[in-house]
Amino acid sequence: MASIQLHNVVKKYGKGKQELQVIHGVSAEIADREFVVIVGPSGCGKSTLLRMVAGLEEISAGEISIGGRVVNELEPAERDIAMVFQNYALYPHMSVFDNMAYGLKIRKMPIAEIKQRVDKAAGILELGHLLDRKPRQLSGGQRQRVAMGRAIVRQPQVFLFDEPLSNLDAKLRVQTRLEIQKLHRELGITSLFVTHDQVEAMTLAQRMIVMNAGRMEQFGTPEEVYNRPATTFVASFMGSPPMNLLKHGPNVDFGGNAGAIMGIRPEHLHIGPTGWAVQVDTLEMLGAERLVYCRFGDEFLIVRTDESQATPEIGATIHVAPRTDRLHWFDAVTGKRLA
Amino acid sequence: MVQKNPVLDFFSHLILIIGVVVVFFPIYVTFIGSTQTATQIMTSNPISLLPGNNFLESYRLALFGGKTEAGASIGAAGPMMLISLSSALIIAIGKIAISLLSAFAIVYFRFPAKNLVFWMVFVTLMLPVEVRIGPTYEVVASLGMLNTMQGLTVPLIASATATFLFRQFFLTVPDELVEAARMDGAGPMRFFKDVLLPLSKTSMAALFVIQFIYGWNQYLWPLLVTTDERMYPIVMGIKRLIFGEVYVEWNVVMATAILAMLPPAIVVILMQKWFVKGLVDTEK
Repeated sequence: MASIQLHNVVKKYGKGKQELQVIHGVSAEIADREFVVIVGPSGCGKSTLLRMVAGLEEISAGEISIGGRVVNELEPAERDIAMVFQNYALYPHMSVFDNMAYGLKIRKMPIAEIKQRVDKAAGILELGHLLDRKPRQLSGGQRQRVAMGRAIVRQPQVFLFDEPLSNLDAKLRVQTRLEIQKLHRELGITSLFVTHDQVEAMTLAQRMIVMNAGRMEQFGTPEEVYNRPATTFVASFMGSPPMNLLKHGPNVDFGGNAGAIMGIRPEHLHIGPTGWAVQVDTLEMLGAERLVYCRFGDEFLIVRTDESQATPEIGATIHVAPRTDRLHWFDAVTGKRLA
Repeated sequence: MVQKNPVLDFFSHLILIIGVVVVFFPIYVTFIGSTQTATQIMTSNPISLLPGNNFLESYRLALFGGKTEAGASIGAAGPMMLISLSSALIIAIGKIAISLLSAFAIVYFRFPAKNLVFWMVFVTLMLPVEVRIGPTYEVVASLGMLNTMQGLTVPLIASATATFLFRQFFLTVPDELVEAARMDGAGPMRFFKDVLLPLSKTSMAALFVIQFIYGWNQYLWPLLVTTDERMYPIVMGIKRLIFGEVYVEWNVVMATAILAMLPPAIVVILMQKWFVKGLVDTEK
């Protein structure tokens, strides 16, 4: 088992005038046995960061250590890690057994031990009856499990997951998510998991790194990230629908925070007799809850209500009151959280 | 698009049948000729389309050589077929081996002037043996490779076509597979052997068929580099049977032609399944 330290990690592509920096100095400390999710929109550099930990991308500057050992110059195979790829990357011509055993065979492990390890992993992942099949004879979910099995048999210090669930259908995704959680509980191997899906991030992470445009915006537990977002980006990225961010708003009391950005989550706005006067623009019914999109001066406001409240009519003017203890304040220029 | 239309069915079958007849008829005539005696062929005009009873004698003469009834001596085709077979095999296997490695280098390694190298290989497509035959002969002759198996095969082995084909195939192999192999600790040659080669099996089979026939059918090049009868391939042997202007043992010529046709046909028939798979399949 091992911890992972990222120290001012930078990634640049190209040279001279064409140089393009995609990761701008990320530092983070991932504890032993921790499950950390890296989340962010497409192109934010989360996969690049993971691939640098894996050794598939060169580290332009900074330092990555795994288990106290600096791995910058080590080949992927020497880093004692295992990776699960987005498209599974199973060897198409090998059986499930050979796919899982290949890495061990290269390490010249005795056949008996290979067999024992593969059987054990197959047991955990319920692949026992599929060991002789070829990947093309498996369903997407089964291939995913083989890919995880290939990682497990190596008994590495660190698991790396690169959006492993994005090719599964919604139902299977939820199921596999639970399986990954269970696996982590059982094996307790330090894990880094990249995803763009905030639900995956919230449910899987012990702590999460929120990335945007090659920078780490926040590193904290899901509760911290959700309840105390460090920047306006985190505030609007985590949570669906996103947090309302108001720059001014008619008749809104900004108190001592004049000139700042006020943030309020849709579930912390209540339709009532008093409060801000807003005009209902659109309604969305989502079953248990409904979303009311309102016009508030020249800004938009999303309110989340449930069936206990009467549904307002489109075009009507309603009053919404924010929970004052759930207001977030951000600097208007830097977007950073104030206090 | 699947359509059930009897008229269309009829015409498409008709066209296909005409095609088969056009291709098959000359072969049939050749075979019929090989079962008749030389005199029968010479005296009948047009040639009879019914098999004669000289089958065994024609093929015995063609394969093992000897004196004909008319007193002409025939060279044995057996040894020539062996020469053809070994040179076709060397050419086909050599081409595949070399192109696999060069395509591997071009696709998976970063080295200086990589693109230049690729384009230089590619440009040789425009320089088949026939175009560079003078200089190539000069090289082979000064290396003392005239009348040798090396002289017969080596200049034909380098192949841009096969390199290009494998390059295109390797480019379709997902990067993730390469990365997974790196994670598993497979070095470049290990990856080549354990992953790329098994995946290229069908392309290799398709190329083997094409290149075997290419090697087997060589005529111009052997004509230049072989002067020793023991190094003649079968295709040259057929030509040499038609030596006289007046009298030709046509039955033996036909029998030799049929014999020369057999090995490529067998290769195609045996490899057909793989061949088609290699051209249409992308199993990844």
